[in-house]
Amino acid sequence: MFRRLSFKGGVHPPGKKELAEKKAIEKMPVPPYIIIPVQQHIGAPGTPCVEPGQRVLTGQKVCDAKGFVSVPAHSSVTGVVKSIEPRPHPLGGNILSIIIETEGEEELVPEIKLNENYFDLSVSEMKKKILEAGIAGMGGAAFPTHVKLSPPPPKKIDILILNGAECEPYLTSDARVMIEHGDEVLAGMRILMKILDCKQGYIAIEKNKPEAIKTLRKLIKQQGDSISVIGLHVKYPQGAEKQLIKAVTDRKVPAGGLPMDVGCLVQNTGTARAIYEAVAMNKPLYERVVSVTGKGIREPANVLTRIGTPMANLFEFCGGLTDDAAKVINGGPMMGIAQADLEAPITKGTSGIVVLNRKDASMPESKPCIRCARCVDSCPMNLMPNILAQLVEHQKYEEAAENNILDCIECGCCSYVCPSKIRHVHLFKYGKLKVNKMRKEAA
Amino acid sequence: MENRFFVSSSPHITDRESIPRIMYSVTLSLVPAAIGAIYFFGQRALWVMLIGMVSAVLTEAVLEKLLKKPITISDGSAMLTGLLLAFNVPAEVPWWIPMIGSVFAISIGKVVFGGLGYNPMNPALLGRAFLLASWPTHMTIFKTIPRGGTLSGIDIITSATPLNVFRQAKTAIATNANLITDTNDIVPPGEVLSQLSDAYSNLFFGRIGGCIGETSVLLLLLGALFLIYKRYISLKIPLSYIGTVALLSWIFGGTEGLFSGDPIFHVLAGGLILGAFYMATDMVTSPVTYKGRIIFGVGCGVITVLIRLVGGYPEGVSYSILLMNLTVPLIDRYSKPKVFGEVKKK
Repeated sequence: MFRRLSFKGGVHPPGKKELAEKKAIEKMPVPPYIIIPVQQHIGAPGTPCVEPGQRVLTGQKVCDAKGFVSVPAHSSVTGVVKSIEPRPHPLGGNILSIIIETEGEEELVPEIKLNENYFDLSVSEMKKKILEAGIAGMGGAAFPTHVKLSPPPPKKIDILILNGAECEPYLTSDARVMIEHGDEVLAGMRILMKILDCKQGYIAIEKNKPEAIKTLRKLIKQQGDSISVIGLHVKYPQGAEKQLIKAVTDRKVPAGGLPMDVGCLVQNTGTARAIYEAVAMNKPLYERVVSVTGKGIREPANVLTRIGTPMANLFEFCGGLTDDAAKVINGGPMMGIAQADLEAPITKGTSGIVVLNRKDASMPESKPCIRCARCVDSCPMNLMPNILAQLVEHQKYEEAAENNILDCIECGCCSYVCPSKIRHVHLFKYGKLKVNKMRKEAA
Repeated sequence: MENRFFVSSSPHITDRESIPRIMYSVTLSLVPAAIGAIYFFGQRALWVMLIGMVSAVLTEAVLEKLLKKPITISDGSAMLTGLLLAFNVPAEVPWWIPMIGSVFAISIGKVVFGGLGYNPMNPALLGRAFLLASWPTHMTIFKTIPRGGTLSGIDIITSATPLNVFRQAKTAIATNANLITDTNDIVPPGEVLSQLSDAYSNLFFGRIGGCIGETSVLLLLLGALFLIYKRYISLKIPLSYIGTVALLSWIFGGTEGLFSGDPIFHVLAGGLILGAFYMATDMVTSPVTYKGRIIFGVGCGVITVLIRLVGGYPEGVSYSILLMNLTVPLIDRYSKPKVFGEVKKK
């Protein structure tokens, strides 16, 4: 009768949410300059549509989408385009970016204003506004939202799930948005359900966020929605798309398939709020809530910050780094990307920045595998990480592909539980790259 | 400033488990049984265990030094192997038996393959098998009478271990002979068998003869509970192993046709509990998949019962585990879990 709302495998890392979960969202002042990379999403990079020296307003488009799987980007400040050049990107490497210096009084583009009757807009108008606002998934992967909302004709979405699991340790931004802006999250959800013409809506939240669950349940009751809030078993990676769908609906996304193959669509709760702002207020995605947390930060906080803000400015706003700050992670500690350069900006997909101190960041040396099987037991995708790691180490990529390396979601459970401290994910990322390259060459 | 941050691939945190933590925990879980061994078999047991552990650690250190490899004795696994080897010899063996056993276990059982993680068979059991083949008399003659009990756990025949008595009685029944007790009385073997079945409590507490670490089911289970609680062993192997032994010995172990055997006796006697919870579960030499662990346990059970009931030795736990160790790569290969959402191949 009562299915446990969970999935097979997974791990239980210490949550560490207490550092920031009670901190109300603070609005950070506009930084002196911002860096807008042309690529903040999965898909084709955009094309800059401004010139150096040009004056731009807050919310003005500075970068066009290129093709269908791409989104535009907007200036998050009022100022002057200083240059368009490659700059460090939080996902690694240097990426063409538009650098804008803040100047004078902030001025929003005139289109940004509340339309009381936004819900009467047609579905295609709503979708157009979402595309125009440059919305990409704000949970981390940053997949263009309008693409997800346009399933190819025979596919029909009948279940919408808002992902408020926030299963990564430390991160608290989704929880704060749900607590403080639950009404806007719900409004965004209603817009999504109208666009998809879908009747069932769930908001899935891990049970370690009782305040968020309570707030949303109360709002739903007041507003008489048919949406239900689901309290999920606390386990990492509960927020991984396929695992989330399994836990909420008991449907299994086929290997290599997409949620729409089982009639589901998953959106991050923060994205839902951005969708509301785009449709109701014409507001492009130029600011977002970011958790800045970890023992390496003096004053952990949840900050409403402009997209493009260099991390260094964000840290300054949060009291600066501690003396023993040792590792800066864009995202959570399980899947986030370690940063070398604090000039890298906050992007649409940055849900948090975690700064670990020396002690938390220390990584013991790898030892030989003792076949303890903890990785096999913890893999939520039912892979055999011990075997895959050996295959990649021995450069047997074809065999790694036969052992389904491409199904790996890089959640990090295997490395987390490994008593020999083997860096599986590191190997898998490399192995997947190799396999994909081989496939491409063969095709 | 810029280069002061660590950069590495995710995940950026790991749990606190480590090889030494696992090895020392398993060693700790054997402490009750070790104390029991000293209680039942006297100070000799302590010496056997110390010699086993020290020789194992020294062997590993010396070999790694000679091979110019990093010395790994601090990870605790050599010490554990030495202790497990000592658990598998009788108390009255000469002092060099546990020593040679440990040297063999570590050198041939482990270091030649590349050290911890690469050995195909359980080193301690390999050491025991070597000793059993080389010095069978030292390894199979049990003379130290456990405190508060008898070697066989029953009163009429005290000079052999329970499984030995069981074997003699079965042979006697098959040949229509009688058994001769210590006091030269002639008793029908059926009576001996029924006495064995009444001796559960002796078997359970360990008031019987045998190798020093295998006799007390109670103390071994105590340690196993700790390992299960710490999730260092999964129950799949011990349960499928013990279950198979119980089932098969119930079906085939009796003298009055099928289903007349005494499964409880077979589970409690000999080295099954030690083997099932501490040897068959050795991480390096057991399967990593769910299904694989059950196949492995069942395989161990089948071979154990075969040896006990049909084979040439009274006890078959160590050989069954060693044989099954060799099948692990095959088991792992054919018991791969189904990938999440796997699509059936057309």
